[in-house]
Amino acid sequence: MKPVNQKAWLLIVPVVLCVAFSAILPLMTVVNYSVQDIISPERRVFVGTEWFKAVMRDEDLQGALLRQITFSFAVLLVEIPLGIALALSMPATGWRSSAVLVLVAISLLIPWNVVGTIWQIFGRVDIGLMGAALAALGFDYSYTGHASDAWFTVLLMDVWHWTPLVALLCFAGLRAIPDAYYQAASIDGASKFAVFRYIQLPKLRGVLMIAVLLRFMDSFMIYTEPFVLTGGGPGNATTFLSQYLTQKAVGQFDLGPAAAFSLIYFLIILLLCFILYNWMQRVGTADKTGAGHG
Amino acid sequence: MPPATCWSRPSRTAARGATDVARIALDLAHSYQRNPKRDEDYALLPLRMTFEDGGAYALLGPSGCGKTTLLNIVSGLVAPSQGTVTFDGRDVTRQSPQQRNIAQVFQFPVIYDTMTVAENLAFPLRNRGVPEDRIRQRVGQVAEMLELTGQLNSRASGLAADAKQKISLGRGLVREDVSAVLFDEPLTVIDPHLKWQLRRKLKQIHQELALTLIYVTHDQVEALTFAQQVVVMTRGRAVQVGSASELFERPRHTFVGNFIGSPGMNFLPARWNGHGIEIAGHTLQGTADTAALSAAGEFTLGVRPEYVSLALAGDPAALPAEVVQRQDVGTYWLLTARCGEALLRARLAPDSSVPRVGDQVWLRVAGAQTCYYGANDELIASADRGTGVLA
Amino acid sequence: MDERRFRKRTVFLGLYLAFAILPVYWMVNMSFKTNEEILGLFSLWPRDFTLDNYRVIFTDVSWYSGYINSLIYVAINTVVSLLVALPAAYAFSRYSFLGDKHVFFWLLTNRMTPPAVFLLPFFQLYTTLGLMDTHIAVALAHLLFNVPLAVWILEGFMSGIPREIDETAYIDGYSFPRFFLTIFIPLIKAGVGVAAFFCFMFSWVELLMARTLTSVNAKPIVAVMTRTISASGMDWGVLAAAGVLTIVPGAIVIWFVRDYIAKGFAMGRV
Repeated sequence: MKPVNQKAWLLIVPVVLCVAFSAILPLMTVVNYSVQDIISPERRVFVGTEWFKAVMRDEDLQGALLRQITFSFAVLLVEIPLGIALALSMPATGWRSSAVLVLVAISLLIPWNVVGTIWQIFGRVDIGLMGAALAALGFDYSYTGHASDAWFTVLLMDVWHWTPLVALLCFAGLRAIPDAYYQAASIDGASKFAVFRYIQLPKLRGVLMIAVLLRFMDSFMIYTEPFVLTGGGPGNATTFLSQYLTQKAVGQFDLGPAAAFSLIYFLIILLLCFILYNWMQRVGTADKTGAGHG
Repeated sequence: MPPATCWSRPSRTAARGATDVARIALDLAHSYQRNPKRDEDYALLPLRMTFEDGGAYALLGPSGCGKTTLLNIVSGLVAPSQGTVTFDGRDVTRQSPQQRNIAQVFQFPVIYDTMTVAENLAFPLRNRGVPEDRIRQRVGQVAEMLELTGQLNSRASGLAADAKQKISLGRGLVREDVSAVLFDEPLTVIDPHLKWQLRRKLKQIHQELALTLIYVTHDQVEALTFAQQVVVMTRGRAVQVGSASELFERPRHTFVGNFIGSPGMNFLPARWNGHGIEIAGHTLQGTADTAALSAAGEFTLGVRPEYVSLALAGDPAALPAEVVQRQDVGTYWLLTARCGEALLRARLAPDSSVPRVGDQVWLRVAGAQTCYYGANDELIASADRGTGVLA
Repeated sequence: MDERRFRKRTVFLGLYLAFAILPVYWMVNMSFKTNEEILGLFSLWPRDFTLDNYRVIFTDVSWYSGYINSLIYVAINTVVSLLVALPAAYAFSRYSFLGDKHVFFWLLTNRMTPPAVFLLPFFQLYTTLGLMDTHIAVALAHLLFNVPLAVWILEGFMSGIPREIDETAYIDGYSFPRFFLTIFIPLIKAGVGVAAFFCFMFSWVELLMARTLTSVNAKPIVAVMTRTISASGMDWGVLAAAGVLTIVPGAIVIWFVRDYIAKGFAMGRV
């Protein structure tokens, strides 16, 4: 058990100050705006929860929210199984392991706007490999013209971008399984599928939960990539929550509703974060009290 | 009637099936390098060993001595780089553990977390397509033998470490034709007060089932109490194979003398000066084969602290020494004395009169249980075999 | 049976790697072509290989200054994040104190905040402070999510070091700063490497705040590239070259820390 020492707060102070500066002050501002109607810099009227109610009723917002939820679920549906499959097929040792690791991780290191640019180019029928290939196969593909094509491209881009994160988490989780489990399974005569079902998948549970929650949260906040790729279009077909918020706040300067919405958005994320944190604590203590292997 | 005898293995006395084992014979060496040249390149130096059917063996040695490698070669998890493994005359060197019908228990409990205890035990049988009612019967028998019957329907992941190790063991025993059970330091994660229970259970199983058991450990107490024959290993070499009393009374290598026993054997550098054994300028008369000693010239005298006793001044088999430390261990006194450059340890009975620090004493070292070791640390001579009374 | 399984896995892996590399390859491919070739001819590799696009970037100040600006604020951010996170991570790892779990959780929430939420307040805050369009502004803004991340990662690595080492050092007479710098940090250098890598990565790739808080002087490369998008008569070749160059620092960093990556992800703390 850790010793109690209140003086440890001195070590925390720099961190608290930094983050408070970056977080609390702005947050307070947002709260401030969300309950006022700022007609002009001099005239501010306290309106209480009016913005919140207006925001909830806003049809554009509801549309964006629906699109966002659909997007996040679709992303999870593809990225989690694909990530697991990728982790299972990545070599565990040797120079091949390092090489594959680097190749797989590259997409994580590309600035998000460049990700958007890459796919913007890749999907164009005139200059992009994928666009040209699809057109050559006879598809009437256009991510700027057809909403379904835009969705397809945005999803594909996200899968391309973030599956490696799931894969790397699962890869690390698989490496943590001691050899003895595989040896015992071999002695017990287990089939490959049985090994996956009874040994690998249970041991990956903790890591998978983290991956699911992380991907869900990050996809819920996605902004840059779809913005660069489709700009939210065609129309608002691919306008998700973050972009909707940004449009409202920066584009239209509707501070009140934007701030109110920001808070709701923030609270949703907070809730998910709370679940993630508690889950990780549970997984962490289970690992420590687990019957002596590691 | 104890339940286990109902099902003592019929195949033992009846016709031996292809998967039954009479004896495991090893004639091999193992190296992780392609062209091993020197001794250090080998994980296991060339050895020849036989494990008789139904015997309980221990592989004893410090970390890195190769005992786990040897175990894995017997089980089939590792194939030796040179040589063969035969089960009852059949060459199984390239066969998998499954094909050899081996069961292995690892250092930490290996169980299937999502299954209950019963499902864990049934798993190997299910994989072989054994009919369900037979599975239920076997699982019940094994659970009863391991005292797990009450927990059969609990989830395996929630149990304590010793119960989990029992499950690991149970999965090996549940197969009726298992040829040998191998243990790789299985009590490592068990609480000390439960270790002896499990050890006792293992001995019980050995007596009832007459299976070949091979047990790897670095703990000499475990090895000596569990096994009929102990293989002492160091740095890839099997240095001596013998019963507990053989290893104690007549260690064939200084390593064995040092490793077995608590504290280990005393070693005094000595030479033959024509009249007797000379140690630190003092000449002793031993009872050993003087021809071998004079041929060697320089050698090491080895005597266990249990056999070092206080003697009268001038005793021909004793050395003068100065007491530097004495410790009351409870069941005996541990005396440390200096003779010349060497330190000598003696175990004295708790009720004897024990000299104090600084006293000059005479300690008899060249007695009936003393062993002499030559240039390569191997036994060259010893006195007549003692009756092996352990102190 | 083993070989068949092996082959299926290799095929799958090969297909995925192709999928992963192809879009990047396409951009690299384009960066070596002239605009005429890009628009006029569809080719899988440059028929008319040219380094002109790269030349533009290295000579046009509005392009290369973007890279320099990005590198500056990313470096500042990484250094500050680590400096501030190290003592805090030590406190979380070694001691329990009033509110420790709550503070840790609160830090975590900042990592998870949608940047869009803070866009407007940041804009106003930094304008008030007169820090708009400076590298410091972006570096400070990125502390929001990088400091919690660094604390999280470092705490994980620090908890792996037994407390006996701290105690031995105190008994030997080391003062806390000396112990921390000469003994402790070298022990967790893998963790420092992983934390630095992630701070670098997340700051380098971030667009929204970097674009909002800068205009001319500190304009990062991510903003320079998006600016190009709204212009008509797109200079595809240069855009592609710019994109390729943004990947280079990341690829270099990842090569150096490749052994630590698995360890870092194993902490589950990204």
